[in-house]
Amino acid sequence: MTAAREAVIEARGLVKTYGPNVAVDHVDLTVRPGEVYGFLGPNGAGKTTTLRMLLGLVRPTSGTATVLGVPAGSPSALERTGSMIEGPAFYPYLSGRDNLRFVARLAGVPAGRVDEVLETVHLADRGGDTFAQYSLGMKQRLGVAAALLKDPEVVVLDEPTNGLDPAGMRDMRALVVELGRQGRTVILSSHLMGEVQEVCDRVAVISNGRIVAESTVEELRGGTSLLVTAEPVERAVDVLVASGLPESVRRDGPDLRITAEPRDTAEIVRTLVTAGVDVTRVQRDERQLEDVFFEITDHPQGVAS
Amino acid sequence: MNATHVLDVTRAQLFALVRRPAAWTIVAALAVLNQVFSFLIPYISYRSSDPSGFDAGATPEELLRGTLPAEIVPNTLGGFPVFAGALTLAFGAILLGSEYGWGTFKTIATQRPSRMSILAGQVLTIVTAVAAIVALLFVLSAVTSTAIALGEDRSTALPSVGHLANGYLGGVLILSVWALVGGVLAVALRSVALPVGLGIVWALGIENLVSAMADSVLDALQPVRDVFPGVNAGSLVAALTPEQIGTPPPGVSDAVSGGRAVATLVAYLVVAVLAGAWFHRHRDVS
Repeated sequence: MTAAREAVIEARGLVKTYGPNVAVDHVDLTVRPGEVYGFLGPNGAGKTTTLRMLLGLVRPTSGTATVLGVPAGSPSALERTGSMIEGPAFYPYLSGRDNLRFVARLAGVPAGRVDEVLETVHLADRGGDTFAQYSLGMKQRLGVAAALLKDPEVVVLDEPTNGLDPAGMRDMRALVVELGRQGRTVILSSHLMGEVQEVCDRVAVISNGRIVAESTVEELRGGTSLLVTAEPVERAVDVLVASGLPESVRRDGPDLRITAEPRDTAEIVRTLVTAGVDVTRVQRDERQLEDVFFEITDHPQGVAS
Repeated sequence: MNATHVLDVTRAQLFALVRRPAAWTIVAALAVLNQVFSFLIPYISYRSSDPSGFDAGATPEELLRGTLPAEIVPNTLGGFPVFAGALTLAFGAILLGSEYGWGTFKTIATQRPSRMSILAGQVLTIVTAVAAIVALLFVLSAVTSTAIALGEDRSTALPSVGHLANGYLGGVLILSVWALVGGVLAVALRSVALPVGLGIVWALGIENLVSAMADSVLDALQPVRDVFPGVNAGSLVAALTPEQIGTPPPGVSDAVSGGRAVATLVAYLVVAVLAGAWFHRHRDVS
């Protein structure tokens, strides 16, 4: 098998410009079979536009994308891809079940699948209510149900937990994990770091239309960091930088956050104490994806939630 | 384009359409308008003491004769050039334009059919719906006129099959043009309200104004008038209903020949479909 056939989704140099604005700027993506791939970025970073190009909804200004080895958006790619882009869109006057029957006819899927997917998203007992009567969370679940109608090999979900309450979010994440276990390839976008960390095998971080990192969640988090409280803190920084032991040292409030191999911990403490610095706390903790994200994108903390 | 996918789109669209209250509202309006103006008012005028109140040029006998089964072709098609045309334009605009308001076009475009299969399915849906609506209007006309004939002890004979078939096909052509023009305007403007507003001003206002000017003060406008969809629809109705009794309904005139009217209306259909294809193929779905 060639490398191109191994990738389920392959994007090369995708660019989308709207007048002078560059929404997506030379995006490369490789999604492998059976993985849950996260697409992480703040609102407006270009996530949805990229996903639209992968579904053929938006024509790239330049670059190419293939899904399952065929051009993105072609009928043979679409018939094996389930998707929900920027919220669920259905006819308000039809019931949830009839909306799915409508989609099933379009996709050439037997009507029997409708009740199966309603079960999957726990909407079977409300399938007869009109879409207009649904809560935001129910609409979102119906959107996911529609994405699953084709029993798709690839599932594209754009912010699937948007508008869900905490229980709904938990169910949705469990569903995404389950889709991955069933061997489907899932690409999901999110601005919620915890979500991506929880469900995704690999993640691409997008900011201002550019991919700024693409790797596994573990790699991105880069192992662990040390939280050190030391006095005087300026001297501690100077000593550590001079020692060359840590990969990086940065101030975190009154404390220091140090990236270093676990085996160097004792040497770091010894160096500080020998230099006359008082060390009052040494705590090893795993970095959250959120920390990495802000480091990479240089966003002030709190812009993305 | 793929024939199976086109039929998938048509089946899906018809499934949603028959469950849509707005579609039935328009069908009901078409039926009520037709019944009231073709049968109820002429018949009430005939029964009243002042039969000339409805149509100054018609005798009571003519009024009654105009409502009988033999006259169902003019009675069904009479409203098509203007009023039924405007309503059908709204029908087409609602059918295709709502996809943008509700965002459902992206749901349709991400299933399987290509954009061209989607367009073909939408066109087929509109023509199928129009064919069913015209058939319904003919059946209602037949029922009402037969009831009047039986009540007044007159002939219940329908026109010949050939005459009925020509009338039916002409009606389907006229309303298909209006519906597709409305639908493609809605696709172009990605809206329902705007094409309905523009279309109704066009059908009810501008065409009448230009036609009136062309007939009276400004002959130079006649070539312009003669390519208007409503004028050609009216000319086709006039050609299909030579037996018209009394004053013809609004818009029914012999501005152009029947053959030319058919050619012009078919040209509108082709242009509408090509324009729809251009928009579906070249527009991003956002």
